[in-house]
Amino acid sequence: MSDRANRKPETGAFFPRDRNWHAPALTPGYKTSVLRSPQKALLSLDGTISEITGPVFGHSMLGERDNDLIHNFAKPGESAIGERIIVHGRVLDERRRPVPGALLEFWQANAGGRYRHKKESYLAALDPNFGGCGRTITDEDGFYSLRTIKPGPYPWPNGVNDWRPAHIHFSIFGHGFAQRLITQMYFEGDPMIWKCPIVNTIADRRAIEQLIAPLDWANTIPMDARAYKFDIVLRGRRSTLFENRMEGN
Amino acid sequence: MVQALDHLKETASQTAGPYVHIGLTPNFCGIGGVYDADLGTVMVGEKTLGQRITVSGRVLDGTGTPLKDALVEIWQADAAGLYNSPSEMRGSADPAFLGWGRCPTGAEDGVFRFETIKPGKVPFKDGRPMAPHITFWIVARGINVGLHTRMYFPDEVEANAADPLLLRVEHRDRVATLVATGSAPNYIFDIHLQGEKETVFLDI
Repeated sequence: MSDRANRKPETGAFFPRDRNWHAPALTPGYKTSVLRSPQKALLSLDGTISEITGPVFGHSMLGERDNDLIHNFAKPGESAIGERIIVHGRVLDERRRPVPGALLEFWQANAGGRYRHKKESYLAALDPNFGGCGRTITDEDGFYSLRTIKPGPYPWPNGVNDWRPAHIHFSIFGHGFAQRLITQMYFEGDPMIWKCPIVNTIADRRAIEQLIAPLDWANTIPMDARAYKFDIVLRGRRSTLFENRMEGN
Repeated sequence: MVQALDHLKETASQTAGPYVHIGLTPNFCGIGGVYDADLGTVMVGEKTLGQRITVSGRVLDGTGTPLKDALVEIWQADAAGLYNSPSEMRGSADPAFLGWGRCPTGAEDGVFRFETIKPGKVPFKDGRPMAPHITFWIVARGINVGLHTRMYFPDEVEANAADPLLLRVEHRDRVATLVATGSAPNYIFDIHLQGEKETVFLDI
Protein backbone atom coordinates (compact mmCIF):
# COMPACT_ATOMS: atom_id res chain seq x y z
CA MET A 1 0.00 0.00 0.00
CA SER A 2 2.84 2.41 0.84
CA ASP A 3 3.96 2.32 -2.77
CA ARG A 4 0.51 3.26 -3.94
CA ALA A 5 0.14 5.92 -1.29
CA ASN A 6 3.28 7.58 -2.58
CA ARG A 7 2.03 7.73 -6.12
CA LYS A 8 0.82 10.96 -7.57
CA PRO A 9 -2.95 11.10 -7.84
CA GLU A 10 -4.23 10.13 -11.27
CA THR A 11 -5.85 13.26 -12.58
CA GLY A 12 -4.64 13.31 -16.18
CA ALA A 13 -6.93 12.70 -19.13
CA PHE A 14 -6.62 9.49 -21.11
CA PHE A 15 -4.82 8.96 -24.38
CA PRO A 16 -7.33 9.25 -27.21
CA ARG A 17 -8.73 5.94 -28.40
CA ASP A 18 -7.15 4.80 -31.67
CA ARG A 19 -10.30 4.36 -33.69
CA ASN A 20 -8.36 2.69 -36.51
CA TRP A 21 -7.14 0.02 -34.12
CA HIS A 22 -10.60 -0.75 -32.76
CA ALA A 23 -13.35 -2.09 -34.98
CA PRO A 24 -15.51 0.54 -36.67
CA ALA A 25 -19.15 0.66 -35.58
CA LEU A 26 -20.49 -0.51 -38.94
CA THR A 27 -19.15 -3.94 -39.90
CA PRO A 28 -21.65 -5.54 -42.31
CA GLY A 29 -19.96 -8.95 -42.07
CA TYR A 30 -21.30 -8.96 -38.52
CA LYS A 31 -24.91 -8.41 -39.45
CA THR A 32 -26.26 -7.21 -36.11
CA SER A 33 -23.98 -4.17 -36.32
CA VAL A 34 -25.83 -2.83 -39.35
CA LEU A 35 -28.81 -1.41 -37.45
CA ARG A 36 -26.96 -0.84 -34.19
CA SER A 37 -24.08 1.30 -35.42
CA PRO A 38 -24.09 5.08 -35.04
CA GLN A 39 -23.73 6.69 -38.45
CA LYS A 40 -22.93 10.23 -37.42
CA ALA A 41 -19.47 11.33 -36.34
CA LEU A 42 -18.62 10.94 -32.68
CA LEU A 43 -18.14 14.18 -30.76
CA SER A 44 -14.43 14.11 -29.88
CA LEU A 45 -13.04 15.98 -26.92
CA ASP A 46 -10.42 15.64 -24.24
CA GLY A 47 -11.68 13.84 -21.15
CA THR A 48 -13.28 15.88 -18.39
CA ILE A 49 -13.51 14.99 -14.73
CA SER A 50 -16.62 12.95 -15.59
CA GLU A 51 -14.53 10.48 -17.59
CA ILE A 52 -11.20 10.77 -15.77
CA THR A 53 -12.81 9.51 -12.56
CA GLY A 54 -14.28 6.09 -11.95
CA PRO A 55 -15.65 3.92 -9.14
CA VAL A 56 -13.45 1.70 -6.99
CA PHE A 57 -14.45 -1.88 -6.24
CA GLY A 58 -12.90 -3.41 -3.14
CA HIS A 59 -11.50 -6.90 -2.83
CA SER A 60 -13.94 -7.41 0.07
CA MET A 61 -16.84 -7.77 -2.35
CA LEU A 62 -15.34 -10.96 -3.79
CA GLY A 63 -16.44 -14.41 -2.74
CA GLU A 64 -13.90 -17.19 -2.35
CA ARG A 65 -14.89 -18.98 -5.54
CA ASP A 66 -15.74 -15.97 -7.69
CA ASN A 67 -12.75 -16.61 -9.97
CA ASP A 68 -13.18 -20.40 -10.04
CA LEU A 69 -15.73 -21.22 -12.74
CA ILE A 70 -15.06 -24.92 -12.30
CA HIS A 71 -16.68 -24.78 -8.89
CA ASN A 72 -18.65 -21.55 -8.41
CA PHE A 73 -21.87 -23.02 -9.81
CA ALA A 74 -21.20 -26.70 -9.12
CA LYS A 75 -22.93 -28.85 -6.53
CA PRO A 76 -20.79 -29.50 -3.45
CA GLY A 77 -18.12 -32.05 -4.29
CA GLU A 78 -18.72 -31.83 -8.03
CA SER A 79 -17.09 -29.80 -10.76
CA ALA A 80 -17.69 -28.56 -14.28
CA ILE A 81 -16.90 -30.88 -17.20
CA GLY A 82 -14.17 -29.91 -19.65
CA GLU A 83 -10.50 -29.19 -20.10
CA ARG A 84 -9.25 -27.58 -16.91
CA ILE A 85 -7.40 -24.35 -17.57
CA ILE A 86 -6.03 -21.34 -15.73
CA VAL A 87 -6.18 -17.95 -17.39
CA HIS A 88 -3.89 -15.36 -15.87
CA GLY A 89 -2.12 -12.18 -16.76
CA ARG A 90 -1.85 -8.52 -15.97
CA VAL A 91 -3.89 -5.44 -16.58
CA LEU A 92 -1.59 -2.66 -17.78
CA ASP A 93 -2.15 0.72 -19.32
CA GLU A 94 -0.70 1.97 -22.58
CA ARG A 95 2.25 3.41 -20.64
CA ARG A 96 3.01 -0.10 -19.32
CA ARG A 97 1.95 0.81 -15.80
CA PRO A 98 0.13 -1.95 -13.91
CA VAL A 99 -3.52 -1.22 -13.12
CA PRO A 100 -4.13 -2.42 -9.55
CA GLY A 101 -7.68 -2.81 -8.27
CA ALA A 102 -9.18 -3.37 -11.73
CA LEU A 103 -12.45 -5.29 -11.63
CA LEU A 104 -12.52 -8.08 -14.22
CA GLU A 105 -15.73 -9.92 -14.98
CA PHE A 106 -15.77 -12.83 -17.38
CA TRP A 107 -18.30 -15.13 -19.00
CA GLN A 108 -18.20 -18.01 -21.42
CA ALA A 109 -19.91 -21.04 -22.94
CA ASN A 110 -19.41 -24.50 -21.42
CA ALA A 111 -17.10 -27.16 -22.82
CA GLY A 112 -19.69 -28.09 -25.46
CA GLY A 113 -20.14 -24.49 -26.62
CA ARG A 114 -23.46 -23.92 -24.83
CA TYR A 115 -24.31 -20.82 -22.79
CA ARG A 116 -26.59 -20.96 -19.78
CA HIS A 117 -29.11 -18.44 -21.15
CA LYS A 118 -32.76 -18.72 -22.11
CA LYS A 119 -32.14 -17.12 -25.50
CA GLU A 120 -29.52 -19.74 -26.34
CA SER A 121 -30.78 -22.34 -28.83
CA TYR A 122 -27.72 -24.45 -29.65
CA LEU A 123 -28.46 -28.15 -29.21
CA ALA A 124 -25.29 -28.87 -27.23
CA ALA A 125 -25.99 -30.01 -23.67
CA LEU A 126 -25.96 -27.80 -20.61
CA ASP A 127 -23.56 -28.79 -17.85
CA PRO A 128 -25.49 -28.76 -14.55
CA ASN A 129 -22.28 -27.84 -12.77
CA PHE A 130 -21.31 -24.88 -14.95
CA GLY A 131 -22.79 -21.39 -14.70
CA GLY A 132 -20.30 -19.59 -16.91
CA CYS A 133 -19.54 -16.38 -15.00
CA GLY A 134 -16.76 -15.21 -12.72
CA ARG A 135 -14.94 -12.13 -11.51
CA THR A 136 -11.78 -10.98 -9.79
CA ILE A 137 -9.84 -7.81 -8.95
CA THR A 138 -6.21 -7.25 -9.90
CA ASP A 139 -3.60 -7.13 -7.15
CA GLU A 140 -1.14 -4.32 -6.41
CA ASP A 141 0.92 -5.21 -9.46
CA GLY A 142 -2.02 -5.62 -11.81
CA PHE A 143 -2.05 -9.43 -11.78
CA TYR A 144 -5.17 -11.58 -11.94
CA SER A 145 -5.97 -15.22 -12.45
CA LEU A 146 -9.00 -17.42 -12.87
CA ARG A 147 -9.69 -21.11 -13.17
CA THR A 148 -12.23 -22.49 -15.63
CA ILE A 149 -12.82 -25.08 -18.32
CA LYS A 150 -11.94 -24.36 -21.92
CA PRO A 151 -15.11 -23.18 -23.68
CA GLY A 152 -16.22 -24.94 -26.83
CA PRO A 153 -16.78 -23.31 -30.22
CA TYR A 154 -20.38 -22.90 -31.30
CA PRO A 155 -22.47 -22.01 -34.36
CA TRP A 156 -24.43 -18.76 -34.47
CA PRO A 157 -26.96 -17.21 -36.81
CA ASN A 158 -25.14 -14.72 -39.02
CA GLY A 159 -23.95 -16.26 -42.25
CA VAL A 160 -25.34 -19.71 -43.08
CA ASN A 161 -22.44 -21.48 -41.42
CA ASP A 162 -20.70 -19.11 -39.02
CA TRP A 163 -19.05 -20.44 -35.89
CA ARG A 164 -17.48 -18.62 -32.99
CA PRO A 165 -13.97 -19.75 -32.07
CA ALA A 166 -13.57 -20.73 -28.42
CA HIS A 167 -13.47 -17.51 -26.43
CA ILE A 168 -13.91 -15.94 -23.02
CA HIS A 169 -15.60 -12.55 -22.68
CA PHE A 170 -13.85 -10.03 -20.42
CA SER A 171 -15.29 -6.84 -18.96
CA ILE A 172 -12.68 -4.54 -17.42
CA PHE A 173 -13.06 -1.61 -15.05
CA GLY A 174 -9.87 0.44 -14.78
CA HIS A 175 -9.48 3.63 -12.79
CA GLY A 176 -11.42 5.99 -15.05
CA PHE A 177 -14.81 5.53 -16.67
CA ALA A 178 -13.20 6.34 -20.03
CA GLN A 179 -11.14 3.14 -19.71
CA ARG A 180 -14.25 0.96 -19.58
CA LEU A 181 -13.74 -1.97 -21.92
CA ILE A 182 -15.33 -5.23 -22.98
CA THR A 183 -13.37 -7.64 -25.12
CA GLN A 184 -12.93 -11.33 -25.91
CA MET A 185 -9.98 -13.64 -25.39
CA TYR A 186 -9.13 -16.37 -27.90
CA PHE A 187 -6.85 -19.40 -27.64
CA GLU A 188 -3.51 -19.89 -29.38
CA GLY A 189 -3.60 -22.23 -32.32
CA ASP A 190 -7.34 -22.08 -33.04
CA PRO A 191 -7.82 -21.96 -36.85
CA MET A 192 -11.39 -20.72 -36.39
CA ILE A 193 -10.24 -17.34 -35.10
CA TRP A 194 -9.51 -16.12 -38.61
CA LYS A 195 -12.86 -17.27 -39.99
CA CYS A 196 -14.96 -15.42 -37.41
CA PRO A 197 -16.98 -12.38 -38.55
CA ILE A 198 -16.82 -10.86 -35.06
CA VAL A 199 -13.04 -11.23 -34.86
CA ASN A 200 -12.81 -9.81 -38.36
CA THR A 201 -14.62 -6.62 -37.41
CA ILE A 202 -11.07 -5.62 -36.38
CA ALA A 203 -9.04 -4.66 -39.43
CA ASP A 204 -5.54 -4.65 -37.95
CA ARG A 205 -4.10 -8.14 -37.62
CA ARG A 206 -1.88 -7.03 -34.74
CA ALA A 207 -4.94 -5.93 -32.79
CA ILE A 208 -6.44 -9.40 -33.29
CA GLU A 209 -3.21 -11.11 -32.28
CA GLN A 210 -3.29 -9.11 -29.06
CA LEU A 211 -6.57 -10.92 -28.22
CA ILE A 212 -5.04 -14.39 -28.56
CA ALA A 213 -3.72 -15.92 -25.34
CA PRO A 214 -0.65 -18.14 -25.69
CA LEU A 215 -0.39 -21.47 -23.93
CA ASP A 216 1.80 -20.76 -20.91
CA TRP A 217 3.62 -24.02 -20.38
CA ALA A 218 5.77 -22.71 -17.51
CA ASN A 219 2.71 -21.88 -15.45
CA THR A 220 0.84 -25.06 -16.30
CA ILE A 221 0.15 -27.06 -13.15
CA PRO A 222 1.27 -30.68 -13.59
CA MET A 223 -1.55 -33.24 -13.42
CA ASP A 224 -4.11 -30.46 -13.00
CA ALA A 225 -4.61 -27.53 -15.40
CA ARG A 226 -2.92 -25.92 -18.38
CA ALA A 227 -2.31 -22.19 -18.21
CA TYR A 228 -3.01 -19.47 -20.78
CA LYS A 229 -1.65 -15.97 -20.38
CA PHE A 230 -3.83 -13.01 -21.28
CA ASP A 231 -2.58 -9.48 -20.63
CA ILE A 232 -5.06 -6.65 -21.05
CA VAL A 233 -4.09 -3.08 -21.92
CA LEU A 234 -6.28 -0.14 -20.95
CA ARG A 235 -6.00 3.42 -22.18
CA GLY A 236 -2.98 5.27 -20.81
CA ARG A 237 -3.33 8.41 -18.77
CA ARG A 238 -1.38 11.56 -19.45
CA SER A 239 0.80 12.29 -16.48
CA THR A 240 3.17 15.17 -16.92
CA LEU A 241 3.70 17.81 -14.30
CA PHE A 242 1.22 20.00 -16.09
CA GLU A 243 -1.50 17.35 -15.99
CA ASN A 244 -1.55 17.19 -12.22
CA ARG A 245 -2.93 20.62 -11.60
CA MET A 246 -6.04 20.81 -9.54
CA GLU A 247 -9.14 20.81 -11.70
CA GLY A 248 -10.11 24.30 -12.67
CA ASN A 249 -6.70 25.91 -12.19
CA MET B 1 17.37 7.15 -34.25
CA VAL B 2 15.37 8.49 -31.35
CA GLN B 3 14.27 6.87 -28.12
CA ALA B 4 11.37 4.47 -28.40
CA LEU B 5 8.12 5.75 -26.93
CA ASP B 6 7.47 2.20 -25.84
CA HIS B 7 3.72 2.62 -25.48
CA LEU B 8 1.45 -0.39 -25.66
CA LYS B 9 -1.71 -0.48 -27.74
CA GLU B 10 -5.06 -0.62 -25.97
CA THR B 11 -6.64 -4.07 -26.10
CA ALA B 12 -9.18 -3.92 -28.92
CA SER B 13 -12.82 -3.91 -27.90
CA GLN B 14 -15.10 -6.75 -28.96
CA THR B 15 -18.88 -6.85 -28.75
CA ALA B 16 -20.46 -7.79 -25.44
CA GLY B 17 -22.54 -10.27 -27.45
CA PRO B 18 -26.00 -11.62 -26.71
CA TYR B 19 -25.09 -13.15 -23.37
CA VAL B 20 -23.55 -10.16 -21.61
CA HIS B 21 -26.01 -10.76 -18.76
CA ILE B 22 -24.32 -14.03 -17.84
CA GLY B 23 -21.18 -12.13 -16.98
CA LEU B 24 -22.44 -8.80 -15.69
CA THR B 25 -25.91 -9.47 -14.26
CA PRO B 26 -26.08 -13.23 -13.72
CA ASN B 27 -28.93 -13.07 -11.21
CA PHE B 28 -30.99 -11.10 -13.73
CA CYS B 29 -30.71 -13.95 -16.25
CA GLY B 30 -31.41 -16.74 -13.80
CA ILE B 31 -27.90 -17.77 -12.79
CA GLY B 32 -28.36 -17.64 -9.04
CA GLY B 33 -26.06 -18.60 -6.22
CA VAL B 34 -22.78 -17.39 -7.71
CA TYR B 35 -23.02 -13.78 -6.45
CA ASP B 36 -25.34 -12.53 -3.70
CA ALA B 37 -26.58 -9.71 -5.90
CA ASP B 38 -25.83 -8.22 -9.29
CA LEU B 39 -23.44 -5.28 -9.13
CA GLY B 40 -24.81 -1.80 -9.65
CA THR B 41 -28.49 -2.54 -9.08
CA VAL B 42 -28.84 -0.40 -5.95
CA MET B 43 -27.31 3.07 -6.14
CA VAL B 44 -29.07 4.92 -3.34
CA GLY B 45 -29.38 4.11 0.36
CA GLU B 46 -31.13 5.78 3.27
CA LYS B 47 -28.07 7.88 4.06
CA THR B 48 -27.42 9.06 0.52
CA LEU B 49 -27.69 12.82 0.25
CA GLY B 50 -29.62 14.47 -2.53
CA GLN B 51 -32.83 14.60 -4.48
CA ARG B 52 -34.12 11.15 -5.42
CA ILE B 53 -34.79 10.72 -9.11
CA THR B 54 -35.41 7.90 -11.55
CA VAL B 55 -33.91 7.73 -14.99
CA SER B 56 -35.49 5.29 -17.39
CA GLY B 57 -35.32 4.80 -21.10
CA ARG B 58 -34.68 2.51 -24.00
CA VAL B 59 -31.88 1.87 -26.46
CA LEU B 60 -33.35 1.92 -29.98
CA ASP B 61 -31.88 0.56 -33.21
CA GLY B 62 -32.08 2.09 -36.66
CA THR B 63 -35.66 0.87 -37.16
CA GLY B 64 -36.78 2.30 -33.81
CA THR B 65 -36.94 -1.14 -32.21
CA PRO B 66 -35.84 -1.22 -28.56
CA LEU B 67 -32.89 -3.49 -27.80
CA LYS B 68 -33.79 -6.21 -25.33
CA ASP B 69 -30.26 -7.46 -24.90
CA ALA B 70 -28.38 -4.24 -24.12
CA LEU B 71 -26.65 -3.27 -20.90
CA VAL B 72 -26.37 0.30 -19.68
CA GLU B 73 -23.96 1.67 -17.08
CA ILE B 74 -24.03 5.14 -15.59
CA TRP B 75 -21.49 7.17 -13.64
CA GLN B 76 -22.22 10.45 -11.94
CA ALA B 77 -21.22 12.95 -9.29
CA ASP B 78 -22.94 13.15 -5.91
CA ALA B 79 -25.42 15.85 -4.98
CA ALA B 80 -22.60 18.28 -4.21
CA GLY B 81 -20.87 17.68 -7.54
CA LEU B 82 -18.08 15.41 -6.27
CA TYR B 83 -17.10 12.06 -7.73
CA ASN B 84 -16.52 9.09 -5.45
CA SER B 85 -13.14 8.34 -7.00
CA PRO B 86 -9.46 8.55 -6.00
CA SER B 87 -9.02 10.90 -8.96
CA GLU B 88 -11.38 13.42 -7.34
CA MET B 89 -9.08 16.10 -5.90
CA ARG B 90 -11.65 18.71 -4.89
CA GLY B 91 -12.98 17.02 -1.77
CA SER B 92 -14.60 13.88 -0.43
CA ALA B 93 -17.76 12.65 -2.06
CA ASP B 94 -20.80 11.40 -0.11
CA PRO B 95 -19.60 8.05 1.29
CA ALA B 96 -23.16 6.74 0.95
CA PHE B 97 -23.13 7.17 -2.82
CA LEU B 98 -20.80 5.34 -5.20
CA GLY B 99 -22.29 7.07 -8.22
CA TRP B 100 -22.17 4.03 -10.47
CA GLY B 101 -25.08 1.92 -11.67
CA ARG B 102 -25.63 -0.94 -14.08
CA CYS B 103 -28.92 -2.06 -15.60
CA PRO B 104 -29.84 -4.45 -18.40
CA THR B 105 -32.62 -3.40 -20.74
CA GLY B 106 -35.75 -5.40 -19.99
CA ALA B 107 -36.23 -8.69 -21.79
CA GLU B 108 -39.90 -7.82 -22.42
CA ASP B 109 -40.02 -4.05 -22.96
CA GLY B 110 -36.40 -3.06 -23.46
CA VAL B 111 -36.56 -0.48 -20.65
CA PHE B 112 -33.67 0.30 -18.31
CA ARG B 113 -34.32 2.11 -15.05
CA PHE B 114 -32.04 3.66 -12.45
CA GLU B 115 -33.03 4.97 -9.05
CA THR B 116 -30.42 7.56 -8.20
CA ILE B 117 -29.97 11.16 -7.08
CA LYS B 118 -29.60 14.30 -9.11
CA PRO B 119 -25.90 15.09 -9.51
CA GLY B 120 -24.44 18.50 -8.76
CA LYS B 121 -22.46 20.58 -11.20
CA VAL B 122 -18.83 19.67 -11.86
CA PRO B 123 -16.20 21.86 -13.52
CA PHE B 124 -14.98 21.58 -17.09
CA LYS B 125 -11.21 21.57 -17.58
CA ASP B 126 -11.06 25.37 -17.75
CA GLY B 127 -13.12 25.81 -14.59
CA ARG B 128 -16.42 26.70 -16.21
CA PRO B 129 -19.24 24.68 -14.61
CA MET B 130 -20.73 21.85 -16.60
CA ALA B 131 -24.48 21.46 -16.27
CA PRO B 132 -25.57 18.52 -14.10
CA HIS B 133 -25.22 15.37 -16.16
CA ILE B 134 -24.95 11.59 -15.96
CA THR B 135 -22.35 9.71 -18.01
CA PHE B 136 -23.72 6.71 -19.93
CA TRP B 137 -21.97 3.68 -21.41
CA ILE B 138 -23.92 1.28 -23.62
CA VAL B 139 -22.94 -2.19 -24.77
CA ALA B 140 -24.89 -4.87 -26.63
CA ARG B 141 -24.73 -7.50 -29.33
CA GLY B 142 -23.91 -5.65 -32.54
CA ILE B 143 -22.04 -2.81 -30.78
CA ASN B 144 -18.33 -3.33 -31.44
CA VAL B 145 -17.01 -0.62 -29.11
CA GLY B 146 -19.03 0.45 -26.07
CA LEU B 147 -20.74 3.79 -26.65
CA HIS B 148 -20.18 6.78 -24.38
CA THR B 149 -22.74 9.55 -24.08
CA ARG B 150 -24.26 11.88 -21.48
CA MET B 151 -27.69 12.71 -20.17
CA TYR B 152 -28.49 16.29 -19.20
CA PHE B 153 -31.60 17.50 -17.35
CA PRO B 154 -34.53 19.24 -19.06
CA ASP B 155 -35.10 21.52 -16.06
CA GLU B 156 -31.58 23.01 -16.23
CA VAL B 157 -32.18 25.19 -19.24
CA GLU B 158 -29.77 27.96 -18.24
CA ALA B 159 -26.98 25.62 -17.16
CA ASN B 160 -27.40 23.53 -20.29
CA ALA B 161 -27.15 26.63 -22.46
CA ALA B 162 -23.74 27.37 -20.93
CA ASP B 163 -22.48 23.78 -20.81
CA PRO B 164 -19.04 23.50 -22.47
CA LEU B 165 -19.73 20.07 -23.94
CA LEU B 166 -23.18 20.91 -25.27
CA LEU B 167 -21.70 24.07 -26.80
CA ARG B 168 -19.38 21.84 -28.82
CA VAL B 169 -22.29 20.16 -30.64
CA GLU B 170 -22.11 21.64 -34.11
CA HIS B 171 -25.62 20.82 -35.27
CA ARG B 172 -27.68 22.56 -32.61
CA ASP B 173 -30.81 20.47 -33.18
CA ARG B 174 -28.82 17.45 -32.01
CA VAL B 175 -28.32 18.91 -28.51
CA ALA B 176 -31.79 17.66 -27.67
CA THR B 177 -30.59 14.07 -28.06
CA LEU B 178 -28.50 14.60 -24.90
CA VAL B 179 -31.29 16.09 -22.78
CA ALA B 180 -33.76 13.86 -20.96
CA THR B 181 -37.50 14.37 -21.19
CA GLY B 182 -39.95 14.10 -18.34
CA SER B 183 -39.64 16.15 -15.18
CA ALA B 184 -38.44 15.79 -11.62
CA PRO B 185 -38.31 13.25 -10.13
CA ASN B 186 -38.88 10.97 -13.14
CA TYR B 187 -36.72 11.51 -16.19
CA ILE B 188 -36.77 9.61 -19.47
CA PHE B 189 -33.71 9.20 -21.66
CA ASP B 190 -34.07 7.24 -24.88
CA ILE B 191 -30.86 6.47 -26.72
CA HIS B 192 -31.07 6.22 -30.51
CA LEU B 193 -28.22 4.25 -32.04
CA GLN B 194 -28.85 5.62 -35.52
CA GLY B 195 -31.39 7.44 -37.67
CA GLU B 196 -32.73 10.99 -37.65
CA LYS B 197 -32.73 11.17 -33.87
CA GLU B 198 -29.33 9.52 -33.47
CA THR B 199 -27.91 10.35 -30.05
CA VAL B 200 -24.67 12.30 -29.95
CA PHE B 201 -22.06 9.74 -28.90
CA LEU B 202 -18.73 10.80 -27.48
CA ASP B 203 -15.14 10.00 -28.34
CA ILE B 204 -13.85 11.18 -25.01
